[in-house]
Amino acid sequence: MAVEYNAFITEETIEGDADGPLADARVAVKDNISTAGIRTTCGSEMLADYVPPYSATVVDRLTEAGATVVGKTNMDEFGMGTTTETSAFGPTRNPADPERVPGGSSGGSAAAVAAGAADVALGSDTGGSVRCPAAFCGVVGIKPTYGLVSRYGLVAYANSLEQIGPIAADVETAAKALSVIAGPDPNDGTTRDPSAVDGADGDTAYAAAADGDVDGLTIGVPTELFDGADDRVVETVEAAIADLETQGATTTEISLPSVEHAVQAYYVIAMSEASSNLARFDGVRYGHRAESDGNWNESFAETREAGFGAEVKRRILLGTYALSAGYHDKYYKKAQDARAWVRQDFEEAFADVDVIASPTMPVLPFELGESLDDPLRMYLADANTTPVNLANLPAVSVPAGDVDGLPVGLQLVGPKFGEKTVIRAASAVEES
Amino acid sequence: MTDTSDPDADDAATGDAPAVDAAEVDHVAELARVRLDDAEREAFADQFAEILEYFEALDEVPALDREEELVNVMRADEVEEGLTQAEALANAAETEDGFFMGPKVS
Repeated sequence: MAVEYNAFITEETIEGDADGPLADARVAVKDNISTAGIRTTCGSEMLADYVPPYSATVVDRLTEAGATVVGKTNMDEFGMGTTTETSAFGPTRNPADPERVPGGSSGGSAAAVAAGAADVALGSDTGGSVRCPAAFCGVVGIKPTYGLVSRYGLVAYANSLEQIGPIAADVETAAKALSVIAGPDPNDGTTRDPSAVDGADGDTAYAAAADGDVDGLTIGVPTELFDGADDRVVETVEAAIADLETQGATTTEISLPSVEHAVQAYYVIAMSEASSNLARFDGVRYGHRAESDGNWNESFAETREAGFGAEVKRRILLGTYALSAGYHDKYYKKAQDARAWVRQDFEEAFADVDVIASPTMPVLPFELGESLDDPLRMYLADANTTPVNLANLPAVSVPAGDVDGLPVGLQLVGPKFGEKTVIRAASAVEES
Repeated sequence: MTDTSDPDADDAATGDAPAVDAAEVDHVAELARVRLDDAEREAFADQFAEILEYFEALDEVPALDREEELVNVMRADEVEEGLTQAEALANAAETEDGFFMGPKVS
C-alpha cells in the first residue's frame, strides 16, 4: 500500500494515550519533525542516522490527544523541493497516478493519507509544502497562520516562513488535528495565543467550523493567481468557485499586483535563511561526518559535500550569495520590500472580502523526473502558494475536482488567525 | 526594469544581469563551506545565471515604509532541566571525556 509509493522513510510506532480527541487516529509525521528515539532524517544523507533525544511539541500534543504515530514520512531534502524527488531516500509516488510526483516537500505525508495508511499526517509549509502535495494527491492540507503552531522540534529551513500543518482526507479531520497542535508553547517564542491577538477569533475548536455554511461569504478572486495557470486547472477551480456561489457565497474579482514578485522574494528569503540555518550541519555534534585528513574548514566542506544533495547545495550557495557583501541590498533587502508589499496587498484585499480563492498549484502533478534538472521551472510552480507564507496567513488546499484522474486543489486564503473562515469555506467545497 | 545602459558592466550590484562563472560558484561554495565536484560546479554556474536573472525582477519592487511589529520574547534566566550530557553527545561522530571531538583546527 504505502510501501509501493515510498511514502515512509521509517515505519515505527509511538503509542498515544488511551483517549482524547484523536483516539484511534493513525498519524504520519514528516521526517523533519523530531521524534524521541526514532530517527529523523529530513530526507537527507546528512541525518540518515540521527536519533533525536526529544520529541517536537506537536508530536507530544498528538499522542496526548490519543493519536498513534505510525511512521515518519518521505520529503524533499530539508523541505527543499516541490516534488519529493530530492529525498536521499528516493522519490515518493503519487497514489492518484504512480508515474507522477505527489508534490512536495511533504509528499510522503500527503501520499500516506491518500493511500489510506494514515488518518492524519503532519507536514511543514515554508512556501507551499503542505498545500502543494495535498493538491497533487487529492487530499486536504492546512497551512496555519504564522505563530499558531509550535515549531519546537521542527528542523529549521526558513524560520520566518514555515509552519507545521495537518493533512487529512477531509476538512473536518484536518481541522480537528489543527486544534490539537495549535496554541502557544514556551519552547517556541514565535507562537501566539490567538485569544490575545487583537481582532482575532480566539476559539481554536476548528472542527466545528467545518459546517459547509458559506451563505453570505464574500470570495475574492485574484486575476494574478489564475493568469498563466493550466487551462484545465483554471476550469476545474472556477467550477468549484461557481458552486460556492450557488450555495450563497458571492464572488468579486480582486487584484494583488505584488504577487508577481512573490516567487522571487520567497526564494531569496528562504535560501538566505537556509544558508544560515544549515550551517549547523558540520559533522561534529550530530549528522554525517566525512573521513577527512584536512583541517576544520576542509573537513567541514567535505562533510557537507557528501551529506547534502544538489538542491540543498544550490539553495545554501544562492543564499550565501544573496547575503554576501555587495549583493545584500540588491537581493535580500528588495525581497523584504516585496514581502511587505505582498502583506499589504492581502491586508487591503481583506478589507473587502472574507477569503481569497485560487488554484493551489497552477499545474497538474509533474511526471516523475520531469522538473528535477530544471530548478527554476520547479520554483515557478510555487507561484500561488508562496505569497501566503510571505504574508504569514492561513490557507487551506481542498480537492476541487480532477482532470483525467489527476487531482486539482482549490486554495482558500484567510486573514491572520482566520482559520475558521477558510475551514468553513473549504468544507462547503467538499459538499458540492 | 534592469538598467542595461552599460553593456560592459558585469557586476550584479550595478543592476546588470549577473554573469556567473565556475570561479564565482567556487568562491561562494568556499564561503558556505560546501565542496563541489567539477560537474556540479559547471551545472550550478548555468543554473545560477538563470535563477539570478529571474531574481532581477525584484528591481521593480517599490521601496516600502516597512513597519515591523516585533517584540522580544524573553523568559526568566532560570536553570531548567535539559538534556543529559550523554543525550547531548549521543549523535556525535566522535567524543572524548564527555566532549565533542572536532577536526583539527589547522
